Amino acid sequence: MATPLSVIGTQNKKGQTYTDPWKLMNEAPRTPSFFTGSEVIKEAVRRSSCDVMIAYPITPQSEAAALIGELFAEGYIGDYFRGESEFAVMSQCAGAAFGGARVFTTTAGPGTMRAMENFPMWAGARLPIQMIVTCRGINSPLSIQPDTLEIAYLLNTGMLVWHAETAQDFFDWILKGYIVSEEPDVHLPLALCCDGFFVTHTKDVVNLTPADMCLPPYDPYRSPVPCMDMECPPVRMMRDPFVMKSNYISYATHASWQQEIWAAIERSRKHSIHWLNGLIDTENTDADILIVASGTAVSQGREAIRLLEEEGVRCGLVKVKTLRPWPEEEIREATKNAKHIFVPEFNVTGWLAKEIRATIPNPHRVHAGPHVCGGMTMPPEIIVSEIKTALGMKSFSLAGRGS
Amino acid sequence: MSEYRVLPGPEHFLPPAAASMGIQLPNPGEAHINGVIAPEEKAYEEAARQFLMAKVPTIFPGPLVLWAWNEKAAKKATAIRHLYNTLKECVQPGQHAMLIPMPDYRPKYPKINPEVEINPNHPNLTIWHNKIDCCMFVGVHCHQANLSLKIIRGGTSCYTIAMCAQAGHEDAMLSFRDASVEKIMKLADTIKRLKGTVQPRLESAKNGASS
Repeated sequence: MATPLSVIGTQNKKGQTYTDPWKLMNEAPRTPSFFTGSEVIKEAVRRSSCDVMIAYPITPQSEAAALIGELFAEGYIGDYFRGESEFAVMSQCAGAAFGGARVFTTTAGPGTMRAMENFPMWAGARLPIQMIVTCRGINSPLSIQPDTLEIAYLLNTGMLVWHAETAQDFFDWILKGYIVSEEPDVHLPLALCCDGFFVTHTKDVVNLTPADMCLPPYDPYRSPVPCMDMECPPVRMMRDPFVMKSNYISYATHASWQQEIWAAIERSRKHSIHWLNGLIDTENTDADILIVASGTAVSQGREAIRLLEEEGVRCGLVKVKTLRPWPEEEIREATKNAKHIFVPEFNVTGWLAKEIRATIPNPHRVHAGPHVCGGMTMPPEIIVSEIKTALGMKSFSLAGRGS
Repeated sequence: MSEYRVLPGPEHFLPPAAASMGIQLPNPGEAHINGVIAPEEKAYEEAARQFLMAKVPTIFPGPLVLWAWNEKAAKKATAIRHLYNTLKECVQPGQHAMLIPMPDYRPKYPKINPEVEINPNHPNLTIWHNKIDCCMFVGVHCHQANLSLKIIRGGTSCYTIAMCAQAGHEDAMLSFRDASVEKIMKLADTIKRLKGTVQPRLESAKNGASS
């Protein structure tokens, strides 16, 4: 981890012991706790040695943002305030990160979209800010319900994008997210996404690390760009010929700069594999039928697999954990035996299915669906129905229920 | 393993980042040569050999070692000066060792003075002007070093070495990681040891210019 090892074993002002990250995540005792996803975010941040959290209310992340305010009141966070809008929040996050702080924020749906200009700026400036995205509907008419369409917009910002399935993922990945994103060869912002409400507002048993152990503080002196150098890009973004001149040199510099951001995402692959135990999880990938999913669609897929097994249909599962870096080789390997690949998603466009189609040979094997959106749930039965229909098996329709 | 190799250019109008071609950074105790992971010991030999073969072997120290912002930086700067002096002592007549700083990363237009500095936004100007055919980056922030190394690979035939204090650089032809005073001194010792055993490529050296 990008941190001064000399602080390991010493205590912060709250009496928490700065702990070797590997020991904290893999060897420290865990206590089962029954928490909502929002409460889990708070507990992870408590252990993150966070310097600054900037908040703005937007459902369904508002509760988490408010709970982190309590952490500030308790003295676990250096600074905490509310921005004027999501755009302002993300700009203020950049300022804090430019100054060498470990920064945390949360957003959702239209808030993510409103702040979008900042995300490629964060990535270009190599700011390892962590942003929780509790996904919800983004289009008019207004919906505050779960919908993962906003993730599609984050995929090409240059940020790392991870998609948590459960509250346990959430707890672990907030901490691991800082470890990976602050590596000097990565040093990029992380959008840690979950499906709003399904994860944030439901309770689950989550195994927590001890509250008196925390991550070592961020060390800005290992940043790949100077910390708060007002004369040089990336802090100095305007006025320089670098951005204002029209000539080959300035174009080439900017092109090389962009390539470096995506190179950093590639470098995160090694660290993400190490800390997340792989970019994907797999079960029974020797089966002819596979479900490939991310977020809570994985949980629904798992239940669909159980229902199919009861009918004698064997089906495997691929859980995609990181969307950036994209697990290209892993997915190609995991799907090599599959004749049918189903991609259930909580969005209307099927962005995950498109990514998978672009990755594997014989992409006609990909069935993009089932899709639900706008806050609809995805009963496992509709995944079962989609699979059985594609296989030419008789299947009942949930839509006909009650008619 | 990737089949791509990180070699002296000129490679392309816009060469790819080596990381996007599958080149991975070395783990602690390792280095990479042309994108292939190698034991660090082998990298000392190869870096020394490249320096001793070059017509204009050059060290580019960056802001992290040009100012004594902490004790370690000052010690590293002393070690780099020692490396430069060693290089000067060990090269043969016709070779010309140089030490050109990268004092900051500001884009400077219409252009920098390539005789006295190198700039990450157009490092090729300094390479071309001084006919540098082998260079080493040290004390340059990683992002800026990668920016420069790729531009150099794109438009010049210069061999690039990175003595990186962090995780190393795929975009250099040879990269150390976790650079320390000891590692810089060891490179100087290796150059001294190989003095006279390596034939300079004086007549074949086209300099760092685009061919």
